[in-house]
Amino acid sequence: MALQSLDIVRRSATTLPEPQARGAHTGEVAKLIDVTKCIGCKACQVACMEWNDLRDEIGTCTGHYDNPADLSDQTWTLMRFAEYENPKGDLEWLIRKDGCMHCADPGCLKACPAPGAIVQYANGIVDFHEENCIGCGYCITGCPFNIPRISKKDRKAYKCTLCSDRVSVGLEPACVKTCPTGAIVFGTKDDMKQHAAERIEDLRSRGFEHAGLYDPAGVGGTHVMYVLHHADQPHLYSALPDKPAISAAVGLWKGAAKPLALLAILATALAGFLHYIGIGPNETDERDEEKARRELEKTS
Amino acid sequence: MSEPKRGEIERYAPATRINHWIVAIAFVLVALSGLALFHPALFWLTSLFGGGAWTRILHPFLALVMIIAFVLLAAKVWADNFMREDDWTWLERFREVARNREENVPEVGRYNAGQKLVFWLIVICLVLLLLTGIVMWRAYFTAYFPIEFVRFASVVHAISAVVLICGIVVHIYAAIWVKGSIRAMTRGTVTQGWAFKHHRAWLRALNRTAAPPRK
Amino acid sequence: MTNHWVDIKNADVVLIMGGNAAEAHPCGFKWVTEAKAHNKAQLIVVDPRFTRSASVADVYAPIRTGTDIVFLGGLINYLLTNDKIQHEYVRNYTDFTFLVKEDFAFTEGIYSGYNADKRSYDKSSWNYDIGPDGYVRTDPTLADPRTVYQQLKLHYSRYTPEMVERVCGTPKDKVLHIWDLIASTATPTRAMTIMYALGWTQHSIGSQMIRTGAMVQLLLGNIGVPGGGMNALRGHSNIQGLTDLGLMSDLLPGYMSLPKEAEQDYDKYIATRALKPLRPNQLSYWQNYQKFFVSFMKAWWGDAATAENHWAFDYLPKLDKPYDMLQTFELMSQGKVNGYICQGFNPLAAAPNKAKMDGALAKLKFLVIMDPLATETSEFWRNAGPHNDVDPAKIQTEVFRLPTTCFAEEDGSLVNSGRWLQWHWKGAPPPGEAKSDLEIMAGLYVRLRKMYQTDGGAFPDPIVNLSWPYANPASPSAEELAKEYNGKALKDLFDPKDPTKLIHKAGEQLSAFAELRDDGSTSNGCWIFCGSWTQAGNQMARRDNSDPTGIGQTVNWAWAWPANRRIMYNRASCDPAGKPFNPARKLIAWSGTAWTGADVPDFKVDEDPSGGMGPFIMTADGVGHFFARAGMAEGPFPEHYEPFETPLANNPLNPSQPQALNNPAARVFKDDREAFGKASEFPHVATTYRLTEHFHYWTKHSRLNAILQPEQFVEIGAALADELGIANGSKVKVSSNRASITAVAMVTKRIKPLTIEGKPVHTVGIPIHWGFTGVAKPGFLANSLTPAVGDGNSQTPEFKSFLVKVEKA
Repeated sequence: MALQSLDIVRRSATTLPEPQARGAHTGEVAKLIDVTKCIGCKACQVACMEWNDLRDEIGTCTGHYDNPADLSDQTWTLMRFAEYENPKGDLEWLIRKDGCMHCADPGCLKACPAPGAIVQYANGIVDFHEENCIGCGYCITGCPFNIPRISKKDRKAYKCTLCSDRVSVGLEPACVKTCPTGAIVFGTKDDMKQHAAERIEDLRSRGFEHAGLYDPAGVGGTHVMYVLHHADQPHLYSALPDKPAISAAVGLWKGAAKPLALLAILATALAGFLHYIGIGPNETDERDEEKARRELEKTS
Repeated sequence: MSEPKRGEIERYAPATRINHWIVAIAFVLVALSGLALFHPALFWLTSLFGGGAWTRILHPFLALVMIIAFVLLAAKVWADNFMREDDWTWLERFREVARNREENVPEVGRYNAGQKLVFWLIVICLVLLLLTGIVMWRAYFTAYFPIEFVRFASVVHAISAVVLICGIVVHIYAAIWVKGSIRAMTRGTVTQGWAFKHHRAWLRALNRTAAPPRK
Repeated sequence: MTNHWVDIKNADVVLIMGGNAAEAHPCGFKWVTEAKAHNKAQLIVVDPRFTRSASVADVYAPIRTGTDIVFLGGLINYLLTNDKIQHEYVRNYTDFTFLVKEDFAFTEGIYSGYNADKRSYDKSSWNYDIGPDGYVRTDPTLADPRTVYQQLKLHYSRYTPEMVERVCGTPKDKVLHIWDLIASTATPTRAMTIMYALGWTQHSIGSQMIRTGAMVQLLLGNIGVPGGGMNALRGHSNIQGLTDLGLMSDLLPGYMSLPKEAEQDYDKYIATRALKPLRPNQLSYWQNYQKFFVSFMKAWWGDAATAENHWAFDYLPKLDKPYDMLQTFELMSQGKVNGYICQGFNPLAAAPNKAKMDGALAKLKFLVIMDPLATETSEFWRNAGPHNDVDPAKIQTEVFRLPTTCFAEEDGSLVNSGRWLQWHWKGAPPPGEAKSDLEIMAGLYVRLRKMYQTDGGAFPDPIVNLSWPYANPASPSAEELAKEYNGKALKDLFDPKDPTKLIHKAGEQLSAFAELRDDGSTSNGCWIFCGSWTQAGNQMARRDNSDPTGIGQTVNWAWAWPANRRIMYNRASCDPAGKPFNPARKLIAWSGTAWTGADVPDFKVDEDPSGGMGPFIMTADGVGHFFARAGMAEGPFPEHYEPFETPLANNPLNPSQPQALNNPAARVFKDDREAFGKASEFPHVATTYRLTEHFHYWTKHSRLNAILQPEQFVEIGAALADELGIANGSKVKVSSNRASITAVAMVTKRIKPLTIEGKPVHTVGIPIHWGFTGVAKPGFLANSLTPAVGDGNSQTPEFKSFLVKVEKA
């Protein structure tokens, strides 16, 4: 079943396509996070820590409910709390579960120089294979959502795997399993979009005229999507990017620059070679030595 | 190190030559490790360094070795690399030079305009590579910079590196092309004829200031 | 809960007030989400803080802590004056038409019969007008000014929207918007559920706040219907089971009560409790009190309980006063308690005014702690720096710490808020030397019995005669106890209507509490649990979640008391003729011969509706009560009184009566009264509460929870922070008249200053979860700050409203 397929369709730092024969005919997977149903209980954080055997430091209170204060190699998902006063003067407490969005066009994978350290499965999950990771952090540079984190212990990059181990055996991700209000659901991307459409209709009936689905086209869509009350202003949700895309700089760096650079170097070398063959070396002969001697005698 | 033989001139003192080769070797290592991480087709080069992670670890340290060595080298040749008026004429007539016809170009001092441009190219590229390299050095520095700047730095780093490599290819080819150059950097000496042909102004200057020719 | 968790999905309007379900009951909150998603329900949250519940609400309104009766009293006034009530329901199913006694009076906040010295009421005037036939007089026209309806209307006429804005600080437009939304459920086809918790109970007028909520629900016809009800969200697992089994100091299992000192006579004891019908043809189920009581006494004392000794009535203690937590610690601090066994209880953290607790515990000779965790109480003698600044050299109390199993390390049942008894199985063996509470208590009992048997004593009978039929006396099993609570036949039981028909052979488990007898032929440990472990086996272990009608009535999942009934008073979901008010959400109905449906009828199953039997079968008159007769300490109608530490100088509803400033019927000990602070010194209103990341003082011992909320903080509104120059994340000092704590300031827009009587009142939020044991960052026990005064009825401490002063630390 395609939901479970861990066939690798894309690998970081490779130049030829990976096996494509087995497609995700029943649809790629997606996790839908309905921010409007989320109560910020952090059960998803605990489930993530428990399933993935992660334990972050016991930190401090920084004046926010966000704990730990940021994502890390030990914190792959994190509730971020934002207080927003809407134009009507009413307060809204926008609570967003942050974590890897599993982009269809993943900036991390594009940026990664280590073959096979980042892969994309046929079902859409973007996974890090830390054994191949060289710790350069280019995935962070490439990610439009600021998700991967390098461990201080082993200098390898970590992030949410969408519980690829669970999904591969037909289970939903741990955070989905634990979410008490059903704010996180999991299934095929089509089903999730359908579910989101119903939620959005309900939200619009409750006065959220800009309610919508966050499935940003700039990264080819994502396999983690949000239902937002204010889909017109994603930045309200603790700086969720309004229009995320792989940055032009990264695109150039990991795109056109690569072949052009090799071409430039080869072309330079080739130019030299052709010059050598066509015109030949510039040699100093006995006549030059003689001229030099005469020159020397003139001055002395 | 023995004295130059009759008819030969010392172009580079032993310390300079050693310095140059430190820079050269470091450059090769940095370039190879950089290219290994730059293009997947060259990732196999990481084997030379003990694998991907070692390549990532060594690259910036090797680069520091190269930069420090280069700074010492550059200090020695700095003054000889300022462009003069004649240099622009030389460049205008580079086509002649390329065809091995140096008769019609202005006399060249210690370095010709091409060498000077390569020198400045190296200086500029290395400055850029150093600055952007620090920004990209994830283990110590990257966290202090905004992500967009890191991304920008990464492109600049890659482009500067390619330009530098191309410049160095030109530099190496020039040494192969102009026979007698390599020994200047290996044995330290050139013949008077070589100097007369390629760096006549330098030779004349040497003749003016130097003691009577060595016998 | 009158209803149950799953049933919340049937609500059209959900009012969360006096609770924060999303924060403290996140799993149950899923049913609110379901109601919103599938039933277009509107969620209203009224709270001093913009809470996690508020974050998903359709409407939120702030309220000053402790003023909920004003808000709800205003709502009652609004519903009555705008005729937004369920007429058929209130006329037939409540005491609307009943006449109140002539001498009942209410003047300036004080009811008739008040004794200011004793701080209590003579409640004889708080009654209905009872005719010579023993039945209550009524006026079906409702015109008589003595009808409950007229009295109610009069009482709450003073609770205007303007008064609500003045006292609660809730903007009037918000108030009216919410009231309008709530009023929409007065139609028979719409229902509102009220979800509340300790935000209502932990006030000196907490019980009356809850009553006001219940009255609103009665007016709207929302009691007994799917999606309605008064739903207390129980904060502890297993606090519902605790009250069911009578672990309050004055209760016996199944909400029977211990005799008082004046009740030395058995027959009198029974007569006051076995209600007689106050209206014709009423079931008045408490008539059966003696059956429950005798069966219970047989369970405890077996053969030693006989008709001759009044079923061992003399073995029961006769209370001279309630021995609740506040009373006990008062006695302890007076040096009148020698030893204390603390079973699953951390009073140093959980009781008000930690300084008083420190002093009280130090006066004990011995203290026994039974707990899975190293609680603060077990280390009250340890100097933990500023967080527990005591001198161990001066404390002579001998402390025994007995490690116990936790729920996952033992078999047993838990009762959830919806009264479901759910059996659970041991998941792992306990660590180290931990023993179950059963084993420890049984071991203690067996030793005590031996001592009484060999050494005698003043009155050894209740101890040596206690029925102790367990296979291993030193360690009874959960199964044995569960069977005992259910009860069994002691003799062959025959059908009273057909004496030839054998119902149960001697020794068989009983099927239902209707089988209980008062002749000593049945035993039962808790009558409301009868049916949970029948001859057919353990009903609590059932796990069939099928819901044939789709309204969430999974009656084959576990077992609910009473009688596996999922929605109490469900007869009230039908009109007087027995047809469901809301055909789309049919719970039960009269078929012509019987009551049937998706729930176990809370009614006599074969009672024809034309007989006029009321749906509230536990009351003497079969109806729901607006007028509480003698049930409450403060008065028949809830009246607003200010918290004992109030920012106001007088009660805006009764400004000229100083006795009516605070609850006139609340018990206050002298030393506790002296420890109250004044608004002039402590200008900020504080409230304590839980966070979703933690459970009380337990989970700070768990690394995962500590990661999620590592360090103590207090929540301060942005306006107050600006005024005091407090930066977010900096340290602040919060002082009450009892102690000071320092914590990180969380400056937030979620707490806004309220304008009360024209002046700004700032609220300070104090989460409770930190202390000086555990793996989270050490902090101060929040109850260092709180005042020791309880609700007038339940003695639940006033943790939700008190005065503090906030300063930069």
